[in-house]
Amino acid sequence: MQGGPLVRFEGVSKRYGGDEAIREISFELARGELAFLTGHSGAGKSTVLRLLALLERPTRGRLIVDGEALERLPARAVPLYRRKVGLIFQDHKLLPDRNVYENIALPLRIAGLPEADIGRRIRPALDQVGLLHKERALPETLSGGEQQRVGIARAIVSRPPLLLADEPTGNLDPALSAEIMRLFKRLREAGSTVLIASHDLSLIQHMGERMLVLNHGRLQA
Amino acid sequence: MTITVIAIALALPAGLSQGLDRIQHWAGSWHGQATQLSLFLRPEGTDAQAAELASTLVQRDDVAETSVITRAQALAELRRNGDFEAALGVLEDNPLPPVVVVTPTPTEAGALTRLQAALGEYAGVDTVTLDREWLRRLEALLSVGGRLAALAAVLLGLAVVAIVGNTIRLEIQNRRAEIELHKLLGATDAYVRRPFLYLGGLYGLAGGIAALALLWLGGLYLQPAVSELSHLYGTAGGTPDRQMHPPALGVLGGGVLLGLAGAWLSVRHHLRQIEPT
Repeated sequence: MQGGPLVRFEGVSKRYGGDEAIREISFELARGELAFLTGHSGAGKSTVLRLLALLERPTRGRLIVDGEALERLPARAVPLYRRKVGLIFQDHKLLPDRNVYENIALPLRIAGLPEADIGRRIRPALDQVGLLHKERALPETLSGGEQQRVGIARAIVSRPPLLLADEPTGNLDPALSAEIMRLFKRLREAGSTVLIASHDLSLIQHMGERMLVLNHGRLQA
Repeated sequence: MTITVIAIALALPAGLSQGLDRIQHWAGSWHGQATQLSLFLRPEGTDAQAAELASTLVQRDDVAETSVITRAQALAELRRNGDFEAALGVLEDNPLPPVVVVTPTPTEAGALTRLQAALGEYAGVDTVTLDREWLRRLEALLSVGGRLAALAAVLLGLAVVAIVGNTIRLEIQNRRAEIELHKLLGATDAYVRRPFLYLGGLYGLAGGIAALALLWLGGLYLQPAVSELSHLYGTAGGTPDRQMHPPALGVLGGGVLLGLAGAWLSVRHHLRQIEPT
């Protein structure tokens, strides 16, 4: 842990073939901050998240997360880096053949935690998303909102410093979406740094949080 | 399906080499008994000379036993063999020389050849033949058989590697989403690889167990015939039954190793292609 911002983009560009998905983007996320990343479809929201999850490397510029320069991180260090990032997907990406408990246990098993510690960590995570009673349920028996909360529990169970959510309310009705957003605010209050990509402007304008607006790959002031 | 094919691929070379071992074992036990040298005396040699030579030779260290085939015995034997009857009737004299049959002590090829040469030096001896040719041919055949078995083992081993590799490839394809998710959650390549390697080893082990079952069934089927054969050749006693048990550890260990190898090759090739997007 160090004092500076958790995330720092310094003039980051990403080019796919001839197209620049994002251009000269610079911003910072302080520790414990919650921000929305928004913009029209194709504005570069996903690219920003992909760079932070190290699914891509910047074409130009510097990208520093928790003191590590991602553009220079060697390939063998990628798995360890990804364990510091909690990912929340629009389609949840839950494993259908495993129950809620096993789905949430996945990042802890990957990190090699002993079984006893895994049990101790899962219950608080489930409690945070309000699904303690669904531990043994299979994902397909849950509603869309519940599945998304399982996905969030999986992202927070290893207590990563950074949470990234890609259109987390994309498949949910407005009431459920608002509930999920309130959950993110609670997580921020618990100390997480959260970046949420969403095109649902009507929802996020009500949240009163910081907004990063992308327009054709550039960050609007 | 995979396990059945692995079982057959493992059982075939194991059974083949077992069979060859058994035949080699018999060949070895015939070796001593079957080798004889025949000393044909010159045509003018008499039965008495042959008997004298036989009693001289039996004192040699490298001669275990001697016997004499007299001229009359040789002629009688020839008559018994059939077609020569008419031709022999034409002859006035018995044209056959007496023969001293020598059973040697040594059975090893070099020593036998030296003994053959030494026996040729005795007075009155015309030619010495070593009745071992058929045994040499058998041994040559066995050695060809052994090489074929080794070749089959290598080829079928490669087949096991390919079968397991292909099964693991399908498994990787079926679990593609799961693998991508694991990588997104920070799984190392080694972590992702491990369950597939275990699976390959398990396939090999299961195939090995099934192969042992096949060998056991095959053994049951062949046992009566083999016992009969052993009995006829007078080698029934001694070691034989132990040898009919398949080399269990070799088959199981071989199965596991080949399964691991197949899985490793497949995993190395196919997991690299799966990256989260």
